[in-house]
Amino acid sequence: MLSTIKYPVSLLLVTMLGVSLAGCANTENQSAAAEPSNEEIHQLLLASFKTKGQAKLERVNQTELQKACSVAETAAGGLPDAKRTELQNAALAAVKYPADGKYLGDWKAGEKLAQSGKGFQFNDKEGSTAGGNCYACHQLAPQELAYGNIGPSLYQYGKLRGNSEEIMKYTWAKIWNSHAYNACSNMPRFGAEGILTETQLKDVMALLMSPESPVNK
Amino acid sequence: MRHTVNAATRRVFAILLGTAASALFTMNAFAQKTTEQGIQEYRDMLADGNPAELIELRGEDLWTKPQGPKNASLEQCDVGMGPGKLEGAVAQMPRFFSDAGKVMDIETRLVHCMVTLQGRDVAEITKKPFSSDGEKPSELESLVAYVYAASRGATIKVPQSHPEERAARARGEKIFFYRAGPYDFSCASCHATDDQRIRLQGLPNLTKPEPAQAAFGAWPAYRVSQGAVRSMQWRMYDCFRQQRFPELKYGSQASIDLITYLGVKAEGGTMQATSLKR
Repeated sequence: MLSTIKYPVSLLLVTMLGVSLAGCANTENQSAAAEPSNEEIHQLLLASFKTKGQAKLERVNQTELQKACSVAETAAGGLPDAKRTELQNAALAAVKYPADGKYLGDWKAGEKLAQSGKGFQFNDKEGSTAGGNCYACHQLAPQELAYGNIGPSLYQYGKLRGNSEEIMKYTWAKIWNSHAYNACSNMPRFGAEGILTETQLKDVMALLMSPESPVNK
Repeated sequence: MRHTVNAATRRVFAILLGTAASALFTMNAFAQKTTEQGIQEYRDMLADGNPAELIELRGEDLWTKPQGPKNASLEQCDVGMGPGKLEGAVAQMPRFFSDAGKVMDIETRLVHCMVTLQGRDVAEITKKPFSSDGEKPSELESLVAYVYAASRGATIKVPQSHPEERAARARGEKIFFYRAGPYDFSCASCHATDDQRIRLQGLPNLTKPEPAQAAFGAWPAYRVSQGAVRSMQWRMYDCFRQQRFPELKYGSQASIDLITYLGVKAEGGTMQATSLKR
């Protein structure tokens, strides 16, 4: 239900076919260009970027998952099923659940985090608190109309699912590392990458799960 | 509009847009389309007095002014149509230049001309290509505005006849899908699906011709909120900032390849040069 893959593969193929037909004025020429390797692109990016502030040049080096997902997006057939399973299992196995077993913090603090898009940009102060920027991609509290739609609506998230241990654990893992359930999800790995602290993750969890949260009103 | 745009005028523009946008904000849940419409109306309203015209004039002065160790102007600069011929030129860039042996976008080509014709130093020219808030437009921003003005209304046709041009496009496509950094983002994270938005900001699907035409044709743009002309190089630079990447170098190979990928996709579109954006 939380998968960010919105369209069936068949629709994607039709779309891609449409693009290639519409762009046929150039296809004849394009076919002559050799396919650049991922490593060639990596080297090109190392030469095209420079460190600025906290954004070090090393950021253009890919993790195994980033590489697999990048290559899959332009490859016929996309990500192979075996690779998908391997990546998801590795992500899920590395999730750290709250040490005290408590999942929910303060939904009001969570709402503030959901509103903030700060953090990790080269113009953000190094070590400053990052936001979760949830509203950039998701609908949450109905009072906030300026929400994006890259991810699914999370309005009434907890109300619709209840707060069983199973749902708590799933939601925590999804925020910790979204790739645990969808190998090439567009959502950042808020826990695994250290974007949010454990306390902040609990606050965001409360925004989603707490009966008092405006999300569940 | 031929009089000086000062900071106060810029503020008025910003307030007007802000008011229009926030009024639309509260109207209904289908705020995206409504906001887009509001901004379009605002653009139409200002179409006769785009502040970018002032920067174009400044660019024209810089184009004709002798400068550098060689005390030469840029009037003999060849941007692909022959020395000094600007009409429709940027609608067919990036392109391969045999004198440089590489594919260049307009901004890289302008820097090339400043070096070869005027004898100036690359590091000095590209030290601060983008103006900061409240600063005068940079030399490159002004020249960009001037050069693009000669392509207003021209049809986009970025060439793919030279092998280097095809290689640039092919690399650009790979870079577009290259995920990296602490947030795992690529260009495609935001620009490869229809009808997506961040908050209320619409995100064009740049893998499709029509949105690519609109995007390629819309840069450079006068950004009302910043009171500045922002170029295609700036657009790439600032997207990567939000992607949490390091800083994209001005005129880097990655920037040229991405602009080529977008430009080829945008074939048949119309250059607005210079458009007006929030």
